[in-house]
Amino acid sequence: MNSPFNMLHALKPGWDRAVQTARLCCGLPDYDAYVKHLREHHPERVVPSFEEFFRERQEARYKGGGGRCC
Amino acid sequence: MQAAIPKPSPAAKIFWVALAIVGAFCLGVVALRRGEPINAIWLVAASIAVFVIGYRFYGKFVEHSVLKLDPTRAPPSVLRNDGLDYVPTDKWVVFGHHFAAIAGAGPLVGPVLAAQMGYLPGTLWILFGVVFAGAVQDFMILGLSLRRDGRSLGHMLREELGPLPGIVAMIGVLVLMMIVLAVLALVVVKALTHSPWGTFTVACTIPIALLMGAYLRWFRVGRIMEVSIIGLVLLLASIWFGKYVADSATLAPLFDFDAKALAWLLIAYGSCASILPVWLLLAPRDYLSTFLKIGTIALLALAIFLSAPMLQMPAVTQFIDGSGPVFKGNLFPFLFITIACGAVSGWHSIIASGTTPKLLANEGQARLVGYGGMLMEAFVAIMALVAAASLHPGVYFAMNAPSAIIGSTVQQAATTISQWGFVVTPDELIRTAQNIGESTILSRAGGAPTLAVGMAQLLHNIIPGGGMMAFWYHYAILFEALFILTTVDAGTRVGRFMIQEIAGLIHKPLQATESWTGNLLATFTCVALWGYFLYQGAVDPLGGINTLWPLFGIANQMLAAIALMLATVVVVKLKRERFVWVPGIPACWLIICTLTAGYEKLVGPISFTAAANKYADAMQQNQLLAPAKTMAEMQRIVSNNYVDMALTGLFMLLIVTMVLFCLRALLKAWNINHPTAHEEPYVALSSVAS
Repeated sequence: MNSPFNMLHALKPGWDRAVQTARLCCGLPDYDAYVKHLREHHPERVVPSFEEFFRERQEARYKGGGGRCC
Repeated sequence: MQAAIPKPSPAAKIFWVALAIVGAFCLGVVALRRGEPINAIWLVAASIAVFVIGYRFYGKFVEHSVLKLDPTRAPPSVLRNDGLDYVPTDKWVVFGHHFAAIAGAGPLVGPVLAAQMGYLPGTLWILFGVVFAGAVQDFMILGLSLRRDGRSLGHMLREELGPLPGIVAMIGVLVLMMIVLAVLALVVVKALTHSPWGTFTVACTIPIALLMGAYLRWFRVGRIMEVSIIGLVLLLASIWFGKYVADSATLAPLFDFDAKALAWLLIAYGSCASILPVWLLLAPRDYLSTFLKIGTIALLALAIFLSAPMLQMPAVTQFIDGSGPVFKGNLFPFLFITIACGAVSGWHSIIASGTTPKLLANEGQARLVGYGGMLMEAFVAIMALVAAASLHPGVYFAMNAPSAIIGSTVQQAATTISQWGFVVTPDELIRTAQNIGESTILSRAGGAPTLAVGMAQLLHNIIPGGGMMAFWYHYAILFEALFILTTVDAGTRVGRFMIQEIAGLIHKPLQATESWTGNLLATFTCVALWGYFLYQGAVDPLGGINTLWPLFGIANQMLAAIALMLATVVVVKLKRERFVWVPGIPACWLIICTLTAGYEKLVGPISFTAAANKYADAMQQNQLLAPAKTMAEMQRIVSNNYVDMALTGLFMLLIVTMVLFCLRALLKAWNINHPTAHEEPYVALSSVAS
């Protein structure tokens, strides 16, 4: 039986992907993926908080590079 | 190692044959039915069939035979994974990101202007242009960049063609950027001239964005979704409140400006906005406009499907002979210049070699993102065309023809337009203006207002209600203005970096992006460049769009030609000469179109030269020609036309130079019997994937 809770659960991956897309459209990559990458490949580096990560990416988005279309 | 194209099953074969028949039938109805209006659904269905077939067959052919993409090969996102710029990402997420980056105001404006020739020429160019040129360009540049560590177009040009062609292309991109910013800002000016309601709502976006910026910075860091919803609610409230501003005798004059004043306001705004920290104004408005853009495109699609409007514009009008009021010039080459974004847009080659190739997790997903993303944009262009063609043609021409042609009263406009065969009464024009809550709809060229009226009518069909049309109209205007202001702000910053890079070639210290002097100097140079063309558009005798849009089209198609030429050279360098025609034919077509259009804009009756001479001759005889009111204004119109001539000449020179560089590289590569392209070496995905 599909309870409403299970159905919501089934929608979760789709919702996560939508959120990830929406954030990426604003130039904000996936924070969890970045943390995972740091832990695996650069264990010596300090992991930035989400707030620091967000601010750094916000600055980076508008530094040159023709990022949008007419 | 090349995966063979799998053989289709019998069921799949039947499906594709059926789709082809349905598509051909719909296209037949669109192309051949004359004398009676057809439903827009025919056009939409024909487009979807063409796109799906193009994606499945031509896209796949380019993928397997020309680019030889290989799903077993490790892409840059895996090889250089840094968790920030290079991240292997789900293909649908990359698709959404890529589409949001390429879709802009361009595909909404060009098709609306081109509707003066009827809906058929524009439709055919969008459908076949995108399948054989636009999507091929985006996809091939993405494919090339994927094999080169996600390098930019400029970098690839330097690598494959040499340093000098790289600089030539860089100058071309900078000039294109300035024209893009000027023409987009002019679209806003045209939409807001003497419209207190529109100006008020657009002005409201500034405090709303500042509020969002502060909220995101200090209160709830990084909660983009939350703050965007708050922003959206405030925006809708400002549209609602705008009606009271427009109706108020004290408030309305505060937001009532003519074109010149609006141009100066935008120039001042552009200079300030691009110096402020990004988190304060640019970033929050960027989030809002990105979501609003996707939402509005979805809303437009929904409105077209649900209301299924009849196309009131004829399939082909008499204006294919070049005498059209919206823009002058024959079908060839000006249709192919006017509809740039939507059919083929050079700008996309910058995006396709920007962030997208650094995110794709597999080469096998490039067709979906590169080719498929461009097909989606073409679909947006088709929807814009439908919205314009479903308007009463009389209303369409009243909105898009300059006052120098149709006069400045509804009586004059109705008489002139009715003489063209599109019978319309002054009453109809007044009623349309009243319905959308404006004092006049005359001569609001630029695409945005026309699209807004079209959209308002479509949405009004499905959600009726008193006064709602005015709400939807101002919603559509706000959406485009918000989006364009973001582009102006971000574009000024990008332009600043480009100017600093070019200036650095001459004087090294100017390149330092940390220096305040260099920054301010480059920022003001950038604003002055686009501001000059914006102001020129605002005082132009034919309303500006008429003059600037062809320049924009020529520049955009020039960049597309450069990108396709690069693809052609690389195909030969890879020793796949058999397929040189795939990027080669669209490249040649765009070279022919841009050079012919450039030539006609330099010599002959519709040229800048002719316009300059007309005003210069009148000045010699001490006559004043409208809209100039003084001799100084006459002089300004003459010199503006000289500048446009010089710019057209520059574009033509850039194209010819690039053609020569490419021919040299082509000949050289053709005569060497081994591949000479600068691809990164093959690394198996299985050897690096974790």
